[in-house]
Amino acid sequence: MAVERVAERAPARPPVWNDPRFRAIFFQALVLALVIGVGAYLVNNTLTNMEKRGIASGFGFLGTTAGFSISTTLVPYTEESTYGRAFLVGLANTLLVSVIGVFFATILGFIVGIARLSRNWLVAKLAAVYIETLRNIPLLLQIFFWYFAVLRNLPSPRQSFILFDIFYLNIRGLNTPAPVFEEGFGWVLLSAVVAVAAAVSIVRWARRRREETGRPFHTVYTSLAILFGLPTLATLLAGSPLHWEYAVLEGFNFQGGMVMSPELVALVFSLSTYTASFIGEIVRAGIMAVNRGQTEAAYAVGLSPGLTLRLVVIPQALRVIIPPLTSQYLNLTKNSSLASAIAYPDLVLVFAGTVLNQTGQAVEIIAITMAVYLTISLLISMFMNWYNRKMALVER
Amino acid sequence: MIRTIFYALTAAATAGLVASAASAGTLDDVKKKGFIQCGVSEGLPGFSAPDTAGNWTGLDVDFCKALAAAVLGDASKVKYSPLSAKVRFTALQSGEIDLLSRNTTWTLVRDTSLGLNFAGVMFYDGQGFMVPKKLGVKSAKELKGASVCVQIGTTTELNMADFFRANKLDYKPVVFEKADETLAAYDTGRCDAFTTDASGLAAYRIKLKDPQGHLILPELISKEPLGPVVRHGDDQWLDVNRWLIYALLEAEELGVDSKNVDEQKKSANPNTKRLLGVEGDMGKNLGLDNDWAVRPIKQVGNYAEIFDRNVGPKTTLGLERGTNALWNKGGLMYSMPIR
Ligand SMILES: N[C@@H](CCC(=O)N[C@@H](CS)C(=O)NCC(=O)O)C(=O)O
Repeated sequence: MAVERVAERAPARPPVWNDPRFRAIFFQALVLALVIGVGAYLVNNTLTNMEKRGIASGFGFLGTTAGFSISTTLVPYTEESTYGRAFLVGLANTLLVSVIGVFFATILGFIVGIARLSRNWLVAKLAAVYIETLRNIPLLLQIFFWYFAVLRNLPSPRQSFILFDIFYLNIRGLNTPAPVFEEGFGWVLLSAVVAVAAAVSIVRWARRRREETGRPFHTVYTSLAILFGLPTLATLLAGSPLHWEYAVLEGFNFQGGMVMSPELVALVFSLSTYTASFIGEIVRAGIMAVNRGQTEAAYAVGLSPGLTLRLVVIPQALRVIIPPLTSQYLNLTKNSSLASAIAYPDLVLVFAGTVLNQTGQAVEIIAITMAVYLTISLLISMFMNWYNRKMALVER
Repeated sequence: MIRTIFYALTAAATAGLVASAASAGTLDDVKKKGFIQCGVSEGLPGFSAPDTAGNWTGLDVDFCKALAAAVLGDASKVKYSPLSAKVRFTALQSGEIDLLSRNTTWTLVRDTSLGLNFAGVMFYDGQGFMVPKKLGVKSAKELKGASVCVQIGTTTELNMADFFRANKLDYKPVVFEKADETLAAYDTGRCDAFTTDASGLAAYRIKLKDPQGHLILPELISKEPLGPVVRHGDDQWLDVNRWLIYALLEAEELGVDSKNVDEQKKSANPNTKRLLGVEGDMGKNLGLDNDWAVRPIKQVGNYAEIFDRNVGPKTTLGLERGTNALWNKGGLMYSMPIR
């Protein structure tokens, strides 16, 4: 009997508090409850305290008139616009520096990284010096340095440097003609879209043909011809629906046209040169991670060093490069918030600065600002992860 | 980096809001810890700036000192927190400082939705513009299309918008976080004009490479009553601050100053007697002792002494009393009756 019972109970079930599965769930639930509890307590307490001190709360302020001007606006904005609109202006300006910054940082970073591996002693050393210097000086100092260096060397508007009679460079920025779109410009846009689509399909078709038949095709010239030819044709047919508004000196400043402010230039310049120094090292590491045998094999089948780099080394190196590159893009975007130190109207300056000053709604505004940076970062990460998967080793 | 600090500050501020639920009585807190944490500017000569020896001086600083003398008996029991315009209110709301004495303009929004209270006015000011002389501009109305350097988080930023809008002039604000960069950018010629409170213009002009090459335009485009600020909901602390301003003014009105204050205790004037605690219980009503006004006057001085020492005609700022004269001498300074 006794024997039978033991057999019946096997395998021995531990008591519920000793069951690892139960324990795991229990402790996770406990931690979750604690986190939520503490969070709720903090929020509740903050709200109570704010109410007690009469500090305003809520998001109604986003619909109120802002009343201040912003020097660089990509989105239509006047002083009569709302705080919500001012937020968009700041956001657009943040995205603008980030995008331009990422673009130049990537190009410069790849150049520097490859240069550092160059067999030319001078080139390699120059790249090393570049990387070691820029990487080790705090970014804020670099921003100030470039900003004031830029400012000190530019003339006043009346003594502008003039390029081709339409560009004026002075301490207020680079004045360029602004495009003015008229009716019919939609056709030009449409033709541009068609041209891009055509170019992409030609490239695809050419690649497939090369893989199947081995016959090469000059995609570069054909696509360039399509990309420029089609929109030009459309412009002519639609009766030139685009003309340029030129900047003219009036009072102390240029009126009309577009201006690229010295703040934007200094910020983009310092952000991209700084980030490029990190990207350079990432690129170098990526290339060095590719087995030397790959290069030797490529040379053995007769590829030139340039083609070897482009067709064999870089595609493999990219797998190592992309993940750390992503975090450099994230850093650059977040570092762009240093803009407020040199008066570039980014999200932090306009929204977490002026709007906060006017409305005093620190908690809401900081929460929105943090949410924005978080969202941008997550989007960049998602995009880079997608790209990384695309580049990952495909087993054939 | 700045961003991290900035978020840390905000987080701290929020944490402050979370934590400081119970502590309402700043007066008791201050007495207990034995010093006053006073928020000042990061360096505005005449109002709050470190001198060559590194000691904070200025009109706003003297108010902190007077308060320490009144509350703690010793004008030197002050610790200073230099604050940019942007972070000053957060520092006060979060309880990081006990008092904000930093050329801060009394406005409705600050008084209400920021959860603050203004104790009074230490200096009546107005916003002005400074331009390089070589620009040839004589009036602010000629600033059409101008780029103007300004510091963020100030009323200056907002008044400027109003002024240009009301006069149908377009303008480009060039907005900096710190006063130093604002001024440096103006000095290199990035902006056609620099704007702040007129007293600030006088102070900052001294710091330019060539002070004589710059002109302060005649227009004042706003009212900028500057005074000490405390947290909303702490009436006792507000009272102490408010009546200290009045005591400094009243002392000037009654002719009591740092040199004669001891003699004046023997004065027959009942107003003087009450101010100096010889008669009545004014100090006790404020939660202080009856020498509450004697100590600040003796250690720091009455309003006229404070004004003359820091911003008056004999200083580098060289400001006249003007609107800051006593009410019976053509100005706006008026003490409520101390009785
Ligand atoms: N009265 C103005 C403040 C004016 C103000 O902060 N002015 C700047 C002039 S650029 C200043 O004094 N800055 C000193 C600092 O940030 O340390 C206000 O309350 O908003």
